[in-house]
Amino acid sequence: MSSPLQTVATASEAFATQKPHSSTGGPRPVVGNPIIDVQNLDFLYGQTKALFNITLSIPEKQVTAFIGPSGCGKSTLLRCFNRMNDLIEGAAIGTGNIRIQGIDIHDPSVDVISLRRQVGMVFQKSNPFPKTIYQNISYGLELQGVKDKKRLDEVVERSLRGAALWDEVKDRLHSSALGLSGGQQQRLCIARTIAVEPKVILMDEPCSALDPIATGKVEELIQNLKRDYTIVIVTHSMQQAGRCSDQTAFFYLGRLVEMDVTQKIFTKPANQQTEDYITGRFG
Amino acid sequence: MSVYWEQHLADIREQLLVMSSLTERNLGQATRALLDRDDQLANLVEAEDSEVDQLEKGIDEKVIVYISTHGPMAKDCRFLITASKIASELERIADQATTIARRARDLSRVREMASLAGIPRMAEEVQAMLRQSIKSFVERDTDLALEVIGRDRLVDAEYKEAAHDVEIEIVKDPTVTARALHLLTIAKALERAGDHATNIAEEVFYLYKGEDIRHSKIARKSSNE
Repeated sequence: MSSPLQTVATASEAFATQKPHSSTGGPRPVVGNPIIDVQNLDFLYGQTKALFNITLSIPEKQVTAFIGPSGCGKSTLLRCFNRMNDLIEGAAIGTGNIRIQGIDIHDPSVDVISLRRQVGMVFQKSNPFPKTIYQNISYGLELQGVKDKKRLDEVVERSLRGAALWDEVKDRLHSSALGLSGGQQQRLCIARTIAVEPKVILMDEPCSALDPIATGKVEELIQNLKRDYTIVIVTHSMQQAGRCSDQTAFFYLGRLVEMDVTQKIFTKPANQQTEDYITGRFG
Repeated sequence: MSVYWEQHLADIREQLLVMSSLTERNLGQATRALLDRDDQLANLVEAEDSEVDQLEKGIDEKVIVYISTHGPMAKDCRFLITASKIASELERIADQATTIARRARDLSRVREMASLAGIPRMAEEVQAMLRQSIKSFVERDTDLALEVIGRDRLVDAEYKEAAHDVEIEIVKDPTVTARALHLLTIAKALERAGDHATNIAEEVFYLYKGEDIRHSKIARKSSNE
């Protein structure tokens, strides 16, 4: 199956026209090659505008955190990246565009299924299939037509190792995934996501239902995963954003207020609204 | 942030101000004890030192509680770190005041020295530095903080002068050696207190500007002006 992103010959070609952004919010330096590029994006749920003129870049193989109070649009923007919002009736992009590796993801030629394979997603609540641990990983590949048992075994092991779960489940691969703890289920979902070798992993509050130990494991995993994947994480935990991400974007009322290197956002933000939010004075 | 926790931060600030008032008073009284040969005043300074110690512990405890429960960010984080450091600097200034008071008491029991080796002027300067460093904290005045940093060089020069004067006194009359060394210790305590006031000013600059100027060109420039 062809990838929507395969039409780009090289990364340098894809990013040849990239320029630094200077619209809403303060300075937003991006260190590294941008893999996702959002330009002047408006997004609507029916008549209600949820995102206003968003312009930002997500650098490759780094962790970018989206923070902001509930309803600020951070999850909406996250879901735009793999067009999950297409599943919501009346939801649509107003103006602007989103390019991933240089390809406009709303171009009619883009295969949405392939897009979602390349831009995987981990949700707030872990959602393993009611199948075995092994099948949770192999299922996506089998849908792609992979039948070779040896290859499936390899991918299952690699993915579970990649999600730091292999040692805990290697002796019960054919047990139900629903028997795993919440933290293990979430890491299984991450393993399932990386099994199809995406370019980007979107995480929508992946630890909000986990205890501190399980949260720590997922956060450590995020640090390891960024060697191979670009990660965008939505979180309500300022500490988590501070610990996990390389850069942070703060949204408020559908607008990007400030985006900068995480250390700067949490120590000396440029914008007063950002400072008030991260110090708990509103939101 | 809840009113309760806003008050918690306000309490830390207030306790810092109480601590600084007490420290400033102790430093002034220690100097007065030396000049007036007043043992009672020296005893009072020594007794009040433990109060300053307790205030430092109280501030640190409040800081730790807030950090543990809130994971503070940005200006709150800077405030808490700074509050703890300023409390520590004040505690050390109060310790220097105690040293001065003890030496003043020792000196009051022996024949008065003809010269105090510029110590009164030095004490005045250091007290002013402490006052201004706290004023810069209260009034968020980073220019004033820089001014305090600049004054440290004067105190250092005065200390060197005092040490030289003491040396001359000893050479002139070796029988005054013990007394002269008491004076040298007092001068050194004042010089150290000046350093701590400078540290407070540097912390104030960091608190309000978010820029660490310790050991930096800005700090050196202020000292050279």
